[in-house]
Amino acid sequence: MLLLVQYTIIFASVLCLVALGGCFSEHSGVINLGLDGIMVMGALGGAVTMFLLPAEASGVVIVLATTFAAILVGVIYSCLLAVASINFKADQTLIGTAMNLLATAVATVFVRAMNTSLNPDNVSSSIQYIHEKKAFLKYVGKFEFNWFMLMAVVLLVLSYFILYKTKFGLRLQACGENPQAADSVGINVYAMRWAGVLISGFLGGLGGIVYITAGVSEWKFEMGVAGFGFLALAVMIFGQWRPTKIALAALLFGMFRALSNVYTGIGFLAALHMPSTVYNMLPYIISLIVLAFTSKNSRAPKAEGIPYDKGMR
Amino acid sequence: MNERVEKKNILKNPSFQAILTSLVCIVFGLFIGYIVLLIINPAGAGEAIKTILLNFLSRSSSAAQMKALGNTLAKTAPLLMCALSICFCYKVGLFNIGAAGQYEAGACFGLYAALAWNMPWYVCLLIAALAGAVVGAISGALKAYRNVNEVISGIMLNWIMLYLTNMMLSKKEVKDPASPYTLKLSSANADGLIPTAGLNELFSNNKTVTLAIPLAVLFAVLIWVILSKTKFGYELKATGYNKEAAMYSGMKEKQNIIVTLAIGGALAGIGAAFLFLTGYQEWSTTQTSVPGMGFNGIAATFLGGLHPIGTIFASFFIQSITDGGALINKSIYPSQISDLISSIIIYLCGFVLFFKFALNNWIDRSAKREKAKAKDPEPAKAAEGGDK
Repeated sequence: MLLLVQYTIIFASVLCLVALGGCFSEHSGVINLGLDGIMVMGALGGAVTMFLLPAEASGVVIVLATTFAAILVGVIYSCLLAVASINFKADQTLIGTAMNLLATAVATVFVRAMNTSLNPDNVSSSIQYIHEKKAFLKYVGKFEFNWFMLMAVVLLVLSYFILYKTKFGLRLQACGENPQAADSVGINVYAMRWAGVLISGFLGGLGGIVYITAGVSEWKFEMGVAGFGFLALAVMIFGQWRPTKIALAALLFGMFRALSNVYTGIGFLAALHMPSTVYNMLPYIISLIVLAFTSKNSRAPKAEGIPYDKGMR
Repeated sequence: MNERVEKKNILKNPSFQAILTSLVCIVFGLFIGYIVLLIINPAGAGEAIKTILLNFLSRSSSAAQMKALGNTLAKTAPLLMCALSICFCYKVGLFNIGAAGQYEAGACFGLYAALAWNMPWYVCLLIAALAGAVVGAISGALKAYRNVNEVISGIMLNWIMLYLTNMMLSKKEVKDPASPYTLKLSSANADGLIPTAGLNELFSNNKTVTLAIPLAVLFAVLIWVILSKTKFGYELKATGYNKEAAMYSGMKEKQNIIVTLAIGGALAGIGAAFLFLTGYQEWSTTQTSVPGMGFNGIAATFLGGLHPIGTIFASFFIQSITDGGALINKSIYPSQISDLISSIIIYLCGFVLFFKFALNNWIDRSAKREKAKAKDPEPAKAAEGGDK
């Protein structure tokens, strides 16, 4: 049971971080369907950093360097979305999709090229980080505490504060609700939307590295992040674009995702003898059902997905 | 002067613009791919990009070339079907990223019907189409009645269908006990194979070249006719342009959304049948990622200028560079370099609208300048005339 709680919290942290990323982007008026790709790139940045760090690096250095690399790569990658959808008014769905495909391709090519350059026989797209991963963990009794859990909580509180209690956050939301009105009172809509997308890159990149270090110590980049970015979007919609509700939704979805890792250890679930694929499917099925019941009265920002054109008032 | 007018007309022509922008996207995509190759290893980069581009032409003998071309064509047919699925839905304002899931459904039930029930190929094809249509309709119904974004429901269904297909095709009556793959269709149920109709002989007796290829082209023409020549297609497009307007003019907009995605699903389902019922490959029941066919279809759709006929050529190009990518020296370069190139092409396609807008603007402005120039001397002459 403790294992279930532990996995639930770590997966919920991922979902919460990425969903908050989506939340910032959408509140500014840009639909970020590229979150999945941003996660992959963040994961890539973090994993490569862990791989390259010298073996004797101290725990603090590993944690800080990895986190920083993941965030940096995520932010840089999110620029692709910002440039295309804000400055060039491109179709945000198309760009997001392209970013997801591109991220997996880039990560696979990069890791494979790196692996083969070190050892010509190694054509795998995996990176191992068994030793480095230990730096993130701290045992409290039997509970495996992960520093990322703390980061997720801090960023959750911070996001709430920024969105609702600062001038910046309120202006950001204005750009997603009614950009023309925001512009007329002197808010730079383009800058605000850039900020929203870059923040989503920050949180998405961080979410990526948390995801690939949760439960495993090796990642095959050919897989991308298995649609986790989209699960996070479902969490965001279920959470009605509000940080507090997003956190609760993330816990619920995190639990279903955790079940597939730990169901064999839970007496009554193991006794059901359901094939493991059922548990793999579960988070996706649940999110479809949840979306079916919550999307009807969606509180999505009104102007999301529509490129802002100064000429159209 | 006349020449210049004609030149302008070509540049203004939408099909010419579509081809031009697609070519620009391809050139940029290949260029970035080349740079990546250069970074990985400068020595063989030129050779590698040449292999990717030439694909089957890089084989030594002409017989081997035809055989390889046959393989590429055999995989172009399913890709084209997926691209048509996405193209059709996009014309109606729906982004069918769930094509991959509908494709999986087609593979699942098409193969199951062929291997477990020993059905002939045309029945399997229908079952695959139906399975894809059902999955598409689920997305459609969620969109129409529950306002669920079809992109998100599509992605969820992609993963659900992947696991479901793995589960279904792992049953002992369809799976090879010694490997993770399904049984070979040629030995288990030869009637389940799509007939070659003699086409295989054109391609050095490549048995995977079947009726599927001309059928896929036929489907492209059919989709083009439906979209541009029929009332049904017009209604669907009207729903895509403006849901409310369609509703007020008496069209059933909710039904149209579901029908569109169901048709898209059927096309993708048939696409899967066109691959797995040719015996080109078997389904691997241990795969952990959604097959790339549905996503490459997005590249082919947009590269084809969102036109069913353009999609035929774009599908062939995308499949050709994908196959070419598999031929490059794997001890130096990863074959996913072609995925990289196609995803860059998709990304660049996002800029097409802006590019066309800028191009048209530029044409208009230069036309105005021409006019102004043409006008200027005239009043001067008139003035001279007046003096005299």
